[in-house]
Parts: sequence; structure tokens; C-alpha cells
Amino acid sequence: MIAFVIRRLLQAVLVMMAVGFVAFSLFAYVGDPVSIMLGQDFTEETRQRLVTDLGLDKPFFVQYFNFLVNAAQGQFGISYRLARPVTDLLMERLPATLELSFCAATLALAVGVPMGVYTGLNRDTWISRLLLTVSLVGVSLPTFLIGILLILVFSVVLGWLPSFGRGTTVALGWWTTGFLTPTGLRALILPSITLALFQMTLIMRLVRSEMLEVLRTDYIKFARARGLHNRAINFGHALKNTLVPVITITGLQLGGIIAFAIVTETVFQWPGMGFLFIQSVSSADVPVMAAYLLLIAFFFVLINLIVDLLYYAVDPRLRIDRGAAGGHGH
Amino acid sequence: MQAGTPLLEVKNLRVEFPTRRGTLVAVDDISFSIAPGEVLGVVGESGAGKSLTGAAIIGLLEPPGRVAGGEILLDGRRIDNLPYEKMRRVRGKEIGAIFQDPLTSLNPLYTIGRQLTETIVTHLDMTEAAARDRAIQLLQDVGIPAAERRIDHYPHQLSGGMRQRVVIALALCANPRLIVADEPTTALDVSIQAQIITLIKRLCREHGTAVMLVTHDMGVIAETADRVAVMYAGRIAEIGPVRDVIRRARHPYTEGLMGSIPKLGNVQARLAQIDGAMPRLTAIPQGCAFNPRCTKVFDRCRTARPDPIDVGDTKVACWLYDQAGKAAAE
Ligand SMILES: Nc1ncnc2c1ncn2[C@@H]1O[C@H](COP(=O)(O)OP(=O)(O)OP(=O)(O)O)[C@@H](O)[C@H]1O
Ligand code: SF4
Ligand SMILES: [Mg+2]
Repeated sequence: MIAFVIRRLLQAVLVMMAVGFVAFSLFAYVGDPVSIMLGQDFTEETRQRLVTDLGLDKPFFVQYFNFLVNAAQGQFGISYRLARPVTDLLMERLPATLELSFCAATLALAVGVPMGVYTGLNRDTWISRLLLTVSLVGVSLPTFLIGILLILVFSVVLGWLPSFGRGTTVALGWWTTGFLTPTGLRALILPSITLALFQMTLIMRLVRSEMLEVLRTDYIKFARARGLHNRAINFGHALKNTLVPVITITGLQLGGIIAFAIVTETVFQWPGMGFLFIQSVSSADVPVMAAYLLLIAFFFVLINLIVDLLYYAVDPRLRIDRGAAGGHGH
Repeated sequence: MQAGTPLLEVKNLRVEFPTRRGTLVAVDDISFSIAPGEVLGVVGESGAGKSLTGAAIIGLLEPPGRVAGGEILLDGRRIDNLPYEKMRRVRGKEIGAIFQDPLTSLNPLYTIGRQLTETIVTHLDMTEAAARDRAIQLLQDVGIPAAERRIDHYPHQLSGGMRQRVVIALALCANPRLIVADEPTTALDVSIQAQIITLIKRLCREHGTAVMLVTHDMGVIAETADRVAVMYAGRIAEIGPVRDVIRRARHPYTEGLMGSIPKLGNVQARLAQIDGAMPRLTAIPQGCAFNPRCTKVFDRCRTARPDPIDVGDTKVACWLYDQAGKAAAE
């Protein structure tokens, strides 16, 4: 178990270093930070000083190493566009993105899993067919279109919900939350649905196909032959066996939600990291872009790690306890 | 013949599969009964309908398969048309089942103790603690050493033979009066097969449980069964006391099957090869289904289908035993 965690942590570090390399390469290939920061009037002397200050005169790998060391300490330099520390900018916007992603993920799971179970257990009812058809639409419509349609219906035509922003937020230390005010909560609804819809349909289809698979297994047939209640068979035995693949995909989806938030945040002008990223891209604000990439990669790695640990909790076959293990089958 | 009322009575059972190209009749008008405590062996080539008959008895035919005719009675009470919930209470409680593959019959995510206790509390009015005591007792009964410790093990920690013992314990949880055992040893090592058969035989004698034992192993039948049913192409070719059927096989098909057994009690003996193959369900010949392979075939066999005819203590579905048929043959 401990060896397993250490191995996964090492892998995580490697992944982060690779992403760090890509992020760092942005500095070399996207725009020229010196000319962006100097503006119009400068002397050769100030230019030289800036180059030295930024460490751009050092060899490539030294620069890369310094970048990693700084990044590990949460230092990503100064935004070219806003002339403020990148870390501050990201921290300000992190709560907006995480709250939105949290709501979207909860929604996707809370609706996707039961729908998947229902359609798996009741294959031939018209409700199942309807859900499957609708879910196809959900998978194939682009997110921005869904967002715009929702805005059109619920903000423009019906006027029920706001079409942009977070509403009023409350500061809890450095964290700003929209959960504590009515306008904040109302503002979350449309973006959450937009962001959740794709993952929701994916989770539903996944749970459904896993359920169908598991329901065909011998141990489910044997559970029926033992005369167990349907509830125990469907939820105790079948659903639990679908969990491993569902956790994997859902974990990846969660990372996806945080990353895909870019589109949703742009459509709803949601003051999160994705929105910041898009603005940074259009003005070649490399430090912000690089930091955002690293942060997203960090979330992916973190979620993967949690997923791996959850496997352990769900599947006893992974918990190898040599002492207790008897002879193995043929 | 059997004395008293039969425990299980199957009357004119017919199992069908509706398909696009017409209805397949997989079990065609078979009748037999099992007395309390009796072991009925069921043999026949692959595809003869043995498993489907067992599945029909425990009410677990998989759609689109269905009981299309006949009756199944347990203690004189019809069970083939019970609503799902009523039949659920029969399964496990009054009729236990043992399937072929112990490696896949147990849910990998739960300890064997949990699977035993859930079965016990489903059918018997017991507390969890009492159920656990009973579970340990059952594990001891089926010959699992250190049952108090083994009860908390997961299936993957046990060998194939041990797992099949657990499956047997699961079938015995609520002291059923009938066990349907479908090739309970086929998936096991030859060295373990005899142990498992001996175990089933001993437990059923101790508990007075009747068994419908499906197997390909004539040696097992000879050692274990009181009576044998020989199935061919969805019908019962011959059924009667084990000594009669094995020593004085009357049906030409049974004779062929027994051809390879030099004397009673040869455990290794398997079903003999008979020239040709059993017909597919889509191409069952007119008249007697065995006629293309039968060495004693005569005109009548090709036009009319023989029904079981009483010959001593056995019933034989063969025109040779019909006086009129015999006359026609001569
Ligand atoms: N879902 C199905 N659709 C169509 N035919 C089926 C289906 N399930 C079983 N059958 C047919 O029913 C017949 C009997 O099957 P069954 O499983 O009872 O055979 P069996 O005697 O148990 O054979 P084995 O010794 O191989 O286990 C076979 O010919 C099989 O092809
Ligand atoms: S009825 Fe005819 S074909 Fe069928 S087994 Fe008897 S003799 Fe052979
Ligand atoms: Mg079978």
C-alpha cells in the first residue's frame, strides 16, 4: 500500500515535470517577454537589466530548473498584461472555478449515475429510450451552444436567471464564495448545467453499459438463485461492481470539468481561471498561461491519485495481503 | 417406483426461444419427478436442454427464453407461474442452486461471510450475529478449515475447490429441500471433483435434501444418483433407477452412452462417442430426434415421435418398446 502510494507520487512528479517543460517552452516560443514588458521607450541598459532580472541570459536548462523551483513554491512571476503577481491573479479566480466545477460535478454525478442505473435495469421502457436519445444530443451539442441556448431561454426570454457573472460573493479569508447569497446561488445554476451536461450524459452511458455488463455475470445470476431481494442484487452487488470503471472515468471527467470550464466561463463571463486564461491567450500573457497549465495538470494528477486510492477502498482484490491469502484457483 | 408425493414434479415442460426465424423449442414436453431426499442425475450431450430445465425449475430462464407450456410443482404447488417476489422466496429458501463455475459464482467485492449472512437473513428470521454463527457452522459443514478466520476472506483468497465449497454452503443457507446442481464439478480439478461430489452427497443425505444433479460424468451418476434422466435434443430419452439405466439401458441412445463403461463405478468414464452429432434446435428431424444416428431405426421412427413408454421401472421414449411399433419392425 505505501509502496503503491510512493510509486504513484513519483509518477505524479514526473508528469508535473513534463507539463512544466511544455509550460516553460511557452516562454521561448510565444511572444518576447522583454519587448512586451519594456513598452516603447527604453535604453539598451534597462533592456539588459531586465534580461538579467528575468534570468533570460542563463542557459535553457538552468532557466527551466529555476522555473520548476519557483513553480513548486507557487511563484509564477508577474502577469505581462495586468502587471500583478500571477499567483495572486490565479488565487483570486480559483474559488470561482472550483465552486462552478464542484456544482457541475455534483450535478453530473447526482443525475448521471441514477439515470445510468435506471436505464441499465429497465432497458426497454420508453423512459430509458427517451433518456438515451436525449443523452445523444447532450454528447453531440457543443458546450458553448448549450450555454447560449440556456441563456436565451432562461435569461433573455423568461428572465429567470442571470446570464453572466457570479452575483454577490462573500469573502471567507482569501476564498470568495457564491454559496452564501441568493444571487450567488442563482448565478451558479446556468453555468453549472452547461458544464455538467456533457459529463452527465457520459456518466449515464457509462454506468448503463457497466450495469448491463455486470448483470450478465455469474455472480449476479447466483445472487438471484440465492433469492436475494432485487434491491440488494441491483444496488448491493451490481452497482458496487460497476464502481471501479465508473470511478476511473468519473475521475478523469472531473479533471475535464475543471479544464472545460474555459468554454463555460467564457460564455457566462464567469470570473474564474478559465476566463482569465482565455484573456491571457489573446494578449500572449505567457506567465499566466504557463501557471494555468501547471495548475490544471496538478488537478488532473491529484484526482488520478485519489482515484487510485478509491480503487483500493472498493476492490479487495487489489489489497494484496500475502499473509492471509490461501492457494489460488486453477 | 417412488413412494408418497413427489417433492418436485415437472409436467410436460416446454421451454421456447422466440427468434426472428421462428420459435426454437429447446425443452420439448418433458416430465419427471423427484422424491424428497432423492438424487436425480441428468445426463446428455451438450445442448440437450439440461441447464435450461434447471433454470426453468428455479425460475431463472433468461429472456427471451420462457416456459411455454407445462407445469412445475413443488409439493404439489405450482411454481412456474408465480409472480417474481413469490418465486424469489422459493429460490434459496426451498430450492437451492449450485452453478458450474465457482470462480465466478461469488461476488469478488464481498467477503464470503457477508455473502453467507445476507443469504441467511434474507430467508430465515435471524439476527446478524446468529446468522454469522450459522455461516461459520455451514463453512465447517462443507469442510472449510479454520472457518472462523476464513469467513472474513474474500473469494479471491480461496482456491477453486474451496470456493465451490462456499457455493455449496450458500446453496444450503436456508436448508432447502431441493438443490439444482448444474455441473458442479466440471470447472474443477479432477482431483477435487470427487471430494465435492462426496460432499454434496453426504450433506444432502444428512439434511434430507433432494438433488437434481446435471453432469457429463457417468461415473458420478453411477455413484451418486438414485435415478437418472437421459436427455436428448430437448426430450427425455430414458428415465429410471440408476442400476436399470446403466446396466440395462433400453433406449438405443442410452446404450450408446453406456458403451464406454465396462462396469459400474468407473469414476473416470465419460459419455461415449456416438457417431454423428445431436441435431441443432433449428433442424430437429421428424419423428424420433435420434433416428439419423440410431442403429435400430425403422420406418416408424422417421414419421412419428415416440412418447415415454413404461418398461419395468423405467420410461423409454423409443418405438422399440411399443408393441405395435415392434410389430411393425418385425
Ligand atoms: N438464449 C438462447 N437463445 C437460443 N437458444 C438457446 C439460448 N440459450 C440456450 N439455447 C439453446 O438451448 C439448448 C439447450 O441448452 P442448455 O444450456 O440447456 O444445454 P445443456 O444440456 O445444459 O448443455 P451443456 O452440457 O453444454 O451445458 C441449446 O441447443 C442451446 O443452443
Ligand atoms: S424410436 Fe427408433 S430411432 Fe428413436 S431410438 Fe428408438 S429405434 Fe432409434
Ligand atoms: Mg449446461
